[in-house]
Amino acid sequence: MSKEIIKIEDLKREFTMGTETVHALRGISFSINEGEFVTIMGSSGSGKSTMLNILGCLDQPTSGVYEIDGVSVKDLTRNQLATIRNEKIGFIFQSYNLLARTSAIENVELPLLYNSKVTSEERRERAVKALEMVGLGDRLHHTPSQLSGGQQQRVAIARSLVNNPVMILADEATGNLDTRTSYEIMSLFQELNKKGITITFVTHEPDIATFSSRTVVLKDGEIMQDYKNHSVQSAADELAKLPKQDD
Amino acid sequence: MRVLNLLKIATKAIILNKTRTLLTMLGIIIGVASVIAMLAIGEGSKESIRSTISAMGSNMITIRPGADDRGPARGSGGDVQTLTLDDYNVIKEQATTLSYITPVVNGGGQVISGSNNWPSTIYGVNPDYLDIKVVGLQSGSMFTNIEVQSASKVALIGQTVVDNVFPDGQDPVGQMIRFDNIPFKVIGVLEEKGENTFGQDQDDVVIAPYTTVQKRILAIDYLNQIMASAISEDDAPEAVTQVTEILRSQHKLMDSEDDDFSVRSMEELISTFSSTSEMLTILLVAVASISLLIGGIGIMNIMYVSVKERTKEIGLRMAVGAKGADILMQFLIEAILISVTGGLLGVILGLGATVFIENFLNWPTSVALYSIVISFAVCAVTGIFFGWYPARKASALDPITALRYE
Repeated sequence: MSKEIIKIEDLKREFTMGTETVHALRGISFSINEGEFVTIMGSSGSGKSTMLNILGCLDQPTSGVYEIDGVSVKDLTRNQLATIRNEKIGFIFQSYNLLARTSAIENVELPLLYNSKVTSEERRERAVKALEMVGLGDRLHHTPSQLSGGQQQRVAIARSLVNNPVMILADEATGNLDTRTSYEIMSLFQELNKKGITITFVTHEPDIATFSSRTVVLKDGEIMQDYKNHSVQSAADELAKLPKQDD
Repeated sequence: MRVLNLLKIATKAIILNKTRTLLTMLGIIIGVASVIAMLAIGEGSKESIRSTISAMGSNMITIRPGADDRGPARGSGGDVQTLTLDDYNVIKEQATTLSYITPVVNGGGQVISGSNNWPSTIYGVNPDYLDIKVVGLQSGSMFTNIEVQSASKVALIGQTVVDNVFPDGQDPVGQMIRFDNIPFKVIGVLEEKGENTFGQDQDDVVIAPYTTVQKRILAIDYLNQIMASAISEDDAPEAVTQVTEILRSQHKLMDSEDDDFSVRSMEELISTFSSTSEMLTILLVAVASISLLIGGIGIMNIMYVSVKERTKEIGLRMAVGAKGADILMQFLIEAILISVTGGLLGVILGLGATVFIENFLNWPTSVALYSIVISFAVCAVTGIFFGWYPARKASALDPITALRYE
């Protein structure tokens, strides 16, 4: 039995909007083991974003248990949450969120700037390695405006890898990309997953889920489905099946 | 380590916004430069007053008859006849803090030599006068105490008198002049001192033994004033007190009575005249400080815009592990960097302006080190003060909202 990275038990999150209480999550339980590639699916209003915020330690549950890598998040302070995000989570966003006019390598170094245990030499070394892992070893000094959307997302993936997180948390990471580039990125995720990296992918696109090993479907703040995907499709194969591009 | 990283981040942000940063700095630059230039002008005029007064003898103490009604429009003490030779003798005997002392009687009159004449002032003094006024001789010699006792008709004249009464360039020493029809033999010419700060020609004088002036010209038995010199500048305040005590007991004044004379050291005179220029300095600095304040508000404004504009970036930084304190420090460092760099440029500009004022406007200037230190410190404080609020706002952002901000 592999190690449990995420443990969630009867997790609830409520928001107070004026006099009304909105139940975004109504008691959710599941866990993610090391090496899994989980997609969390759901339409808008399903509680997907709230789930993502809590998984990413950007938000805290109203009640219930949330443990990441053995650390209970519930009663941590703002600063402690920041440290967890810095050391245990790698974020990937739909709109890449790279710093403009800042080179790829400096973008990738960013999380390590907030970790005083990492020296500047080590920081550079790890950033180069992460960029090489996503196939951008030759574009270290390009700024986001000099990179394509797919390449920008690769930089963002490198940034999420650089702190050796226990889990990569992707939020609609292919949402801004065309099908071809989406498949390229998914194939990169699959590669990383094969190397043992745990990935949680939040999306509303069903075809993305076919590339993951497990899917959790949320609806109205509850888990509707949680199933293992027995025939994981290879994104690389799908990519090959796409019609050749004209250029 | 951490601060160093934040410094790097802040520097980068500044470099990415060169033009904006420079424009923001402009307020600070102008503010600091004007504070330094204004203080330099103020200090310069103060120093020029001080040096002129010092040239008149910085240890000098003057004792005048009449109550001390200090103020710019002080009446002439010469009309009051409460200061006598006895007073002089008592002070000379009893005061331990004085090195030189002379009675002074003076009056105006015509200096005549041959067909030339010139209105001037005659000062009746004793030989100590030269040491008190710190004035040397161009030629000839000072009269002696014996000549004072015998009321000899000898005189020393200043350069202005020489120029007007002996226009042919002949040596005045040994010549005869008449002052109000009393003949004097010129025995020396005083060193040139030029105009003093108050525009008075210090070379337009005739010096003679006080006995001679008292008896033959003014026909009085009192003194217009007594001049003395403290042993050193530091002794001057003590000397003032001592002389005051001696004169009070000499004049048999009760405790309840006011002084019927006034004793002043040059130091007091300096401070009287300095206070005017100090007022001016304060005014100038106040105006300059306002521009520094406006510069500070400029920084606050731009930092505020910067925080708003970079909300998403702040969200990202927080998502990848930046703590509130990191964000606060980042923006604070940025504000301080802007203000301190602006301050540095301001100091350079201010010094340049000072050199310009000195050389092209010919105003006396003096750059005080404290003005640089203070305006620079004010800059750093301005950065912290005006950077704090926007930085605080940035650090308090909720990462979720910040990340979604468009």
